[in-house]
Amino acid sequence: MKNNGLSWKIGGEAGYGIMTTGLIFAKICSRAGLHVFDHTEYPSLVRGGHNTYQVRADADEVFSIFRSVDLLIALNKETIDKHVEELTSGGGIIYDEEKIPLSKDDVGRKDVTLYPVPLNKLAEESGGRKIMINSVALGSSVALTNFNFEMLSDVIQDVFKRKTKETIQYNIRAARLGYDYIKRTRKDRENMIVLKLPKIDRKRMLLTGNEAVSLGAIKAGCKFFAAYPMTPASSILHFMAAQERKFDIVVKHTEDEIAAITMVIGASFAGARAMTATSGGGFSLMCEALGLAAMTETPFVVVLCQRPGPSTGLPTRTEQGDLKFVLNASQGDFPRFVIAPGDVEECFYKTIEAFNLAEKYQCPVITILDKYLSRSHKTTEKFMNRVEIDRGLLLSDEALAKIQKFQRYEFTETGISPRTIPSQKGGIFTATGNEHDETGYISEDKTVRIKMMDKRFKKFELAEKEILEPKLFGSKDAEVTIISWGSTKGPIKEGIKLLDRDGIKANFLQIIYVSPFPTNKVSKIIESSKKTVIVENNKTAQMAGLIREKTGEKIEHKILKYDGRQFYPTEIYQLVKEVL
Amino acid sequence: MVTLNDLKTIGQPNWCPGCGNFPIWHALKSAIVETNLEPHNVVIFSGIGCSSKMPHWINTYGFHSIHGRPLPVATGARLANNNLTVIAVGGDGDGYGIGIGHFIHAMRRNINITYIVTNNQVYGLTTGQTSPTSDKGFATKSTPTGVIEMPINPIALAVATGSTYISRGFSKEMKHLTKLIVEGVKHEGFALIDVLQPCVTFNRKNTYEWFSERVYKLEETDHDVTDKQAAFQKSLEFNNRIPIGLFYKETKPTYEDELPQIKDIPLIKHRIEDIDIRALMDEFV
Repeated sequence: MKNNGLSWKIGGEAGYGIMTTGLIFAKICSRAGLHVFDHTEYPSLVRGGHNTYQVRADADEVFSIFRSVDLLIALNKETIDKHVEELTSGGGIIYDEEKIPLSKDDVGRKDVTLYPVPLNKLAEESGGRKIMINSVALGSSVALTNFNFEMLSDVIQDVFKRKTKETIQYNIRAARLGYDYIKRTRKDRENMIVLKLPKIDRKRMLLTGNEAVSLGAIKAGCKFFAAYPMTPASSILHFMAAQERKFDIVVKHTEDEIAAITMVIGASFAGARAMTATSGGGFSLMCEALGLAAMTETPFVVVLCQRPGPSTGLPTRTEQGDLKFVLNASQGDFPRFVIAPGDVEECFYKTIEAFNLAEKYQCPVITILDKYLSRSHKTTEKFMNRVEIDRGLLLSDEALAKIQKFQRYEFTETGISPRTIPSQKGGIFTATGNEHDETGYISEDKTVRIKMMDKRFKKFELAEKEILEPKLFGSKDAEVTIISWGSTKGPIKEGIKLLDRDGIKANFLQIIYVSPFPTNKVSKIIESSKKTVIVENNKTAQMAGLIREKTGEKIEHKILKYDGRQFYPTEIYQLVKEVL
Repeated sequence: MVTLNDLKTIGQPNWCPGCGNFPIWHALKSAIVETNLEPHNVVIFSGIGCSSKMPHWINTYGFHSIHGRPLPVATGARLANNNLTVIAVGGDGDGYGIGIGHFIHAMRRNINITYIVTNNQVYGLTTGQTSPTSDKGFATKSTPTGVIEMPINPIALAVATGSTYISRGFSKEMKHLTKLIVEGVKHEGFALIDVLQPCVTFNRKNTYEWFSERVYKLEETDHDVTDKQAAFQKSLEFNNRIPIGLFYKETKPTYEDELPQIKDIPLIKHRIEDIDIRALMDEFV
């Protein structure tokens, strides 16, 4: 089978290094110059259960995984049972014949090739532990896909750089045995998957949404990060913690999410750019403090990595069920930014923008992701090392000295007031969650109340003018306009490619700024669309509801998925076709 | 030199006449004057409750936050700028009820914060309900037949949690309290000052008179403030005799001491323009 692209999947029990194995394979593909998108599925437990890691690699840019699999690595029988139907015609299975005796009749697929490899025996031969069957399987995968072995051994060394030399050596030896086994036993090259590798001009990064958010935060000058672990947000905490000394950041794993957000508010009040990250359950605990930040006009960024609720829900799966929650979280009316990046690159740049918006408008900014975006790796060009840092009306000592009577909550034309931080002489004020006058002193006066509410909302009149318009991908005269937000961007872009092959013209309206909402632009696009379809990873089409609220427009068709799994491009393709 | 006059704000406390918060307010201001702290380098954090309004009436930087959370807000600020003098104030409901988790963790963290708890054994601002430190049997609006639980013992809890400065003051002993606050502010690490603060409106049991008959000063005894066992023993006394003063003190590295990234300059002084992430991006190739 000759191909420009490859869909590779490994499956097995938790505890067999599925994640690391998948990442190594994805990295090899990326270093070989291919575009990569990967995705992992696992239940909420540490040992056992069924884990998979899927890698899609292609000479053209890829935005999502596909349902189809070309090469399946089955570390157990369950993997074959569950995924054999996903195999493409001409695809293959690597498995251990001694553990899983198998014939083509057993798998029920005459069109796939079986690649029996004595994984356990070779792992034993390597001298390493039993778990190294994953490295053996990696070696075999690399042999079948025609990457060279040096590439694999380099990636093993890089990924395992924090392990002992011995462990690295064992893994390389195990991989070599798996590699040689295929080369020795499979001389019929026609059966193998031969990838046409593009010439590489520059190396791309391979990273997840959470890693891109973390890089963005570091680049934006985030100096204080506090969080409580919660899937799928925890990897932001891990990444930030690993970098804290190198970049002079204080990272605090707090006693709970309430402490995380209130520490972040305290740090920001004192003048540090600060961020927290959590999932829905943790965000629920943060709600009261969200209002405190709004009332005291303290800037900060919270990253919400959604997973399916309610309650513990499906802790390791994906969903977009928290949109209306973040828009309305905490008591009272107050403006907040809600930004929904749709891919890894947007995770980076929108995080930097989140910090700028938070300080410029002195209010909370919520960046909303979901597990599919948070945890999937995608190849991306390196980010710009030069970005704008806007600290808004944070006063320098010189500027403060020129002000006769400093008032922290002074009424201004834009609603944005000058800001000081503790240690600045002449800038003293008390921040309070109570309603207050221009100096910050508690006030329950009717007039003050109205003026302060209006002041806080006035800031958003400016923000509405300033935020970028939503993105419309594809031709204006499309037969159908797909509307969505967040991680569905990838599957939709791939789905549109599939529709295009059938001669169906579809375009895609991606809403990145959820609050303030780009009402006019969205109205115009919907009005000029022939047909509209909303695509959301939730039960109740929350974005469609928001669009109705903001624009009065009703989206005719809804494609919704709430089984805890992300969309496949083929699902978008099929469901959009049904609408037409 | 800082004077009491420098600490005046545009407002005056609106506590009930005779409230036990007034002497605490005076003592805190006196302590700032005595330690000659520049008001712009001091931040007073508070939660919610009668005493938590205090930052509005002392002319330093202040943060009147939400119920039970002054300690984490203060912790964030202290880590962002470890040149600041950070003081937190709140009531017994705020600190020993809704915020007790933060209280315990702040103590084990030994972060350099002085925490004054105005402990009146009742909820005042919400007009008279039981508090975590109410005596067993104490009848309130929310416990009309009397509290069933045993009260929290903040001093014993502080000893058990590893707090490095543990003290108790009494509103009526303002000079004594001022000294405890001064020492607490000077102490490198977490300092607890639990203050017996009579609520003249909602607590008719634990009154000025009730306390006056019982309190005695630890420094007038042979109590050894470096003896943890003795501190624990003393912490259990809350009946006919109630000790006030310093229970325990020790020197230990603070949380901040263990962070090399803020050793030389505070976080907020680091330049955030042009942070170079190129090497970090290379790790993803």
